Amino acid sequence: MSLTDTTPAAEPIEGPLHDAQEERKARRKKMEKIAKYVLPVLVMALAIWYWDRLVVWNNIPKYILPGPGLVMKTLFSDWGILSSALLVTLKITAMALGVAVIGGVAIAVIFSLSRFAEMSFAPFAVILQVTPIVSIAPLIFIYIDNRFIALLFCAWIVAFFPILSNTTLGLKSVDHNLSDLMTIYRANRWQRLRYLQLPSALPYFMGGLRIAGGLALIGAVVAEYIAGTGGIGSGLAFRILEASYRLNIPRMFAGLILIAATGVIIYGLTSLVSWLALRKWHESALNRE
Amino acid sequence: MIADLGNRAPILNVRSVDKTFNKGVVALRRLSLTVNEGDFISLLGPSGCGKSTALRLIAGLMEPSIGKIDWTGGQGADDLGVVFQEPTLMPWATVAKNVWTPFRLRGQSFRSVKDRIEEALSLVGLEKFANAYPRELSGGMKMRVSIARALVTRPRLILMDEPFAALDEITRQKLNDDLLNLKARTGATVIFVTHSVFESVFLSDRILVMAARPGRIIKEIQVPEPYPRGIEWRTSAEYARIARETSDTLHGATGATEAAE
Repeated sequence: MSLTDTTPAAEPIEGPLHDAQEERKARRKKMEKIAKYVLPVLVMALAIWYWDRLVVWNNIPKYILPGPGLVMKTLFSDWGILSSALLVTLKITAMALGVAVIGGVAIAVIFSLSRFAEMSFAPFAVILQVTPIVSIAPLIFIYIDNRFIALLFCAWIVAFFPILSNTTLGLKSVDHNLSDLMTIYRANRWQRLRYLQLPSALPYFMGGLRIAGGLALIGAVVAEYIAGTGGIGSGLAFRILEASYRLNIPRMFAGLILIAATGVIIYGLTSLVSWLALRKWHESALNRE
Repeated sequence: MIADLGNRAPILNVRSVDKTFNKGVVALRRLSLTVNEGDFISLLGPSGCGKSTALRLIAGLMEPSIGKIDWTGGQGADDLGVVFQEPTLMPWATVAKNVWTPFRLRGQSFRSVKDRIEEALSLVGLEKFANAYPRELSGGMKMRVSIARALVTRPRLILMDEPFAALDEITRQKLNDDLLNLKARTGATVIFVTHSVFESVFLSDRILVMAARPGRIIKEIQVPEPYPRGIEWRTSAEYARIARETSDTLHGATGATEAAE
């Protein structure tokens, strides 16, 4: 018991405990929490204010740079044209994303079932992905008569690859011990896919979905620019193009704002879906304290 | 309980099995082994002696190059339970759903085997954690879930591949004690791979000491101490004697291999 003999008795502790470092840390954390919401709003407001001042101070004409006030006014006054165009773009984006999800996952599953299928067809997917959509789109509009289907096809080409490649990677990233366990309990191919591979691939798929959401919008907009024909049933990109021909710069800005807002909302939605699907178990969706 | 090793029914026969990998590495040579009902066998040896290969052969994850592995009465779908070195749980499923896995793969609904799952969880002391996710559990608790999953089908044989090697000493000791309790209560037959002399002497009634290059069994040491074994077994003179004998056998073999090189 020599150990206890040489150890001095602990000093009695009086009053509340203070630790300067811990307190600094806590204060900093609190600040960061507030800044996380306040800072972006503040900086955005400042930027818009400066944009407005820039226009006013320099007397910039509205056909070069309209002020934020005028853009907002145009957004409301042209809402009829813009909203119907937005609806068209949204429809193409959403449908392209939907088909990309179904197609990407289905092809990924086929790849995971057959290595030979993957070896044979993966190069096609890569070629489709690396060839800029701008350069393929004119051909697509020649070969596909229906303008809506052609637009959808363009957006799909851009959106489906991240889903395919991420899901393929996910289906392969299975814990090998769990895979052995499946073998020992004599799981068939379908059970292995359903109970092990698909859940393992879920976080990867969600990553792909978030990228694909933004890409579907970009694909839809780019394809519209190339398609270019006007009239009823034209999307936002066409309206922007049309406004630029007419030097209606405020409407161009209004259209741009709608596209940007759509992109942000798509990103928010896919992030939400991802969080909802993974929050129970995956590291990416967990709050660490 | 059962100290007599002679009168148990054999459930598995490994008959003169060789396993040669590509490039001519002989992982196992002439492995012969009879597993009797109620045996707690340790495969003890240095790394590279083929103990994990032996386990994978018995699990059916590998085929022997030569020789045969025969199950008495043939092997059924739920004859085996396995515990790996890692807990190997599905992170997206709750503890209960993880334990359900062997049944689920046979098409049995969760509801129909709920009692069995609860029973297995209470055997490892985790009945309160049925709805927790693996990430919420400590390393030792995850291992218990893994053991519960191996037990839940009441398999004829449980294979354990260095299951506690990654745990801290205190948790490891505790799980060893608990494993012996489980063994006493369920009468399970276990093959336990380890590289710890003390673990093998504490747990098993048959220690198969293996040597490397080529992987083979060099000696069987019997531990006649009946189950249940408690803390007094760990401190007994007999335990120390068998541990010394096992250690000498092991190091004699390792030394011989090293000298031969």
